Amino acid sequence: MSAEKPVLYSYCFSSCSWRVRIALGLKKIPYEIKALSLTKTDAEHCYTNEYRELNPMQQVPTLHIDGQTLCDSVAIMHYLEETRPEHPLLPKDPIKRAKVREIVEIICSGIQPLQNTGVMDHVGKETNVEWAQHWISRGFQGLEKVLSASAGKYCVDDEITMADCCLVPQVFNARIYKVDLSPYPTLLRIDEALAKNPIIIDCHPKNQPDYAEHNK
Amino acid sequence: MAKNGIRPNSSTVSSDARPVLYSYCHSSCSWRVRIALGLKKIPYDINAISLRKTEAAHAYTNQYRELNPMQQVPTLQIDGQTLCDSVAIMHYLEETRPEHPILPKDPIKRAKVREIVQIICSGIQPLQNSSVLAHLGKEKSTEWAQHWISRGFRALEQVLSKSSGKYCVADEISMADCCLVPQVFNARRYHVNLDPYPTILRLDKHLGSIETFLDCHPHNQPDYPKNTK
Repeated sequence: MSAEKPVLYSYCFSSCSWRVRIALGLKKIPYEIKALSLTKTDAEHCYTNEYRELNPMQQVPTLHIDGQTLCDSVAIMHYLEETRPEHPLLPKDPIKRAKVREIVEIICSGIQPLQNTGVMDHVGKETNVEWAQHWISRGFQGLEKVLSASAGKYCVDDEITMADCCLVPQVFNARIYKVDLSPYPTLLRIDEALAKNPIIIDCHPKNQPDYAEHNK
Repeated sequence: MAKNGIRPNSSTVSSDARPVLYSYCHSSCSWRVRIALGLKKIPYDINAISLRKTEAAHAYTNQYRELNPMQQVPTLQIDGQTLCDSVAIMHYLEETRPEHPILPKDPIKRAKVREIVQIICSGIQPLQNSSVLAHLGKEKSTEWAQHWISRGFRALEQVLSKSSGKYCVADEISMADCCLVPQVFNARRYHVNLDPYPTILRLDKHLGSIETFLDCHPHNQPDYPKNTK
């Protein structure tokens, strides 16, 4: 494996980048951030041909690690888990692993893609908040039901997993779009527990090197 | 021929029972799992569940919601458990039945398979699934579907042009191939111009000729309209 420190292309407010920041933090893998914006008018953004060579979907995150370039937060989290098994983010039991992955996919396929920057721009300012609220609420209804059966202290039992890495950023987004979260007590309870974790606090958008630039 | 209707109590399904896949013939997520089960030579029964409320057995009942809280297909009952989500299910099959693998051994190649899986399963399909298109309405849905499929395929073509050999990643079939075929079918359904994506077309053509993929095709499912008479 390469001895270079991993480099994470990340945008402070990108929930996909945030998932990976949490995973790297929980697995105690030191890394550097290369901040990239999702706005074309910013100095360093995702829509250059150069970045497209690294990440064909022109999204964040991208992770340089072990001499390789990896794309997609779920693929990256699994790679970290498979190459650095200390501080595991998946349980050992296959049924519980399936539960973690179900939760990961509810968020990463069922909710977030429907309210990401590209889709929100395409839907347009007039209706996109209502759009985001609709899909987040729909997804959270399903998610609350899953979590009410699976959760202990965290999404699946009492150990933090990839599911928790995905939950925190999605709840943040839900708040940005003023989704009413009162129908989802299990989700809120878990989010509150995770919000106290110092590693997760470090990964919050407001603690990122590019936050000041984007929070004007 | 599999029965329609929902098994009332999933907890009575024993670990030795033959797996049951709740599947809709036109659902690309169900199709992915049909392919994975077929490639891994796992026999199973189909319990056909429609995504149309007008059909007799559909996904929007309280009963089905107890099995699958997102009210989607597929759901797989296997080993005495009920599993939801096609990607979670494919990984479960891989981890419990490692023969006929659908992931490579090398972690970097596994990451590439998963990247392709996620481009399709997060980046494209959710933006053109039946709920989203129903929400948009008939007037806007085709253009919307074409936009997001094309956008995703542009990236996917770039990834596959480097990663593919005989299959999506090198020369071994994987979960990525299970996801690709249903997505290309959807692209054709929405009249997406596929000329800019020669690697996607090459792979789809090759995969489409494999017996397992043919068996799993929507037109060969028990709930495909021509097959239910």
